[in-house]
Amino acid sequence: MEEVKLIGTWPSPFSYRVIWALKLKGIPYEYIEEDLSNKSPMLLQYNPLHKKIPVLVHGGKPICESAVILQYIEDVWPQNPLLPNDPHERAVARFWVQFADNKVPCIWRLFRTTEGDEQEEAKKESMEMLRALEEHGLRDKKFFGGDKIGIADIAFGQVAHWLEMIEDLVGVKLIEAHTFPHLHAWTKNFKQVPIIKENLPEYGEMLVYFKRARYNFLATRGLGI
Amino acid sequence: MAKENNVKLHGMWASPYVKRVEIALKIKGIPYEFVEEDLVNKSQLLLQYNPVHKKVPVFIHNGKPISESLVILKYIDETWKNGPPLLPQDPYKRAKVRFWTIFLFENLLSVARSEGEAQETASKVVFEKVKLLEEGMKDLFQGENHHIDGENMGILDVVLCSLFGAHKAQEEVLGVKFIDPEKFPRVCSWVTTLTEVTAVKEFRPPHEKLVVVLQFIRQRALQASAA
Repeated sequence: MEEVKLIGTWPSPFSYRVIWALKLKGIPYEYIEEDLSNKSPMLLQYNPLHKKIPVLVHGGKPICESAVILQYIEDVWPQNPLLPNDPHERAVARFWVQFADNKVPCIWRLFRTTEGDEQEEAKKESMEMLRALEEHGLRDKKFFGGDKIGIADIAFGQVAHWLEMIEDLVGVKLIEAHTFPHLHAWTKNFKQVPIIKENLPEYGEMLVYFKRARYNFLATRGLGI
Repeated sequence: MAKENNVKLHGMWASPYVKRVEIALKIKGIPYEFVEEDLVNKSQLLLQYNPVHKKVPVFIHNGKPISESLVILKYIDETWKNGPPLLPQDPYKRAKVRFWTIFLFENLLSVARSEGEAQETASKVVFEKVKLLEEGMKDLFQGENHHIDGENMGILDVVLCSLFGAHKAQEEVLGVKFIDPEKFPRVCSWVTTLTEVTAVKEFRPPHEKLVVVLQFIRQRALQASAA
């Protein structure tokens, strides 16, 4: 098998998407931690357009954009499939992956706000997004993929682990058992899956990292916390 | 494969996203029923089929709905194996095409909905993307000329076509020329070839009608932001 490398950054949720996919399929790979404040020539060579992580390098060929990487991994290594067999269900899974990439970023907008109109707006958007997940995405299934996790669960990983950190730092509570019962249960179930449990950034360390990042960001905007 | 093949497409005549699906269905030779939706007065059926986004296109195959144009295109490609493939077979080439289809995400609407400095900023984003595409084409097609006809259009051709196929109407209404043959000769040549493909020509609304729709969208947006 040709060599597989993953260029990522702890604790990026997008990095983790690829780690989970590789581990679920049992694909051996070399992990390379990238310092985004001092981008390596390797990253600039492999992803000249966006200069972002994650980048998967397979046999020397780079693949960028986590959603594209997930699909590539599924195409090349069909064992332990992340997509269902049925074509319609596959389309539904892909719909939710696209939703994850287009709509979930509102939680990061929330992360970058302090109290005020902007925060209220970001909160509202986030709640609408979560409502769509609860009522139309997850409904009464255990996972987005059904009985076991699939590509959509991986895509929504941010909501299971990173959102809690955002809630803590911003001081808002979005997912509660009585408002989003299925989603709330899903966040717990998702993190109990062995491969996921063993591959999550440690919460305390993550909190420290993002607290500093948030502080720095707000400082550049002249806002204190 | 389903025994019966009942295909419906809910759409709106001027929507570029709907166009993508229509072109793909034409290329694959799939018969379908088109249901025109009034987007100002959305039907109960549309809201039932696409409760999350409430948008067109919605593709219904044997009663099961699918939304989001790119998701629909992939579904069509996987389900109807006859006819040309929309995505390449090789996983690495597929990944490159997928990367570019995500990249060519529609920014034109922000140009249409703004004026003055705001429009300049929005236009810059689109120019930057077209420039990167111009440069990226070398790697994408590995030096070969990308020969397209109605038989071998792929997903990227369909997406580019839906974005810039109506570029003349866009130029007239917005006063910005994105498909500039001097600045972006390769992209310009690609778009021009696409607009000449029979399957595409068939679905292009007349220039005047497109100009009217674009002007309407623009006026409404400018009024809304001024209010």
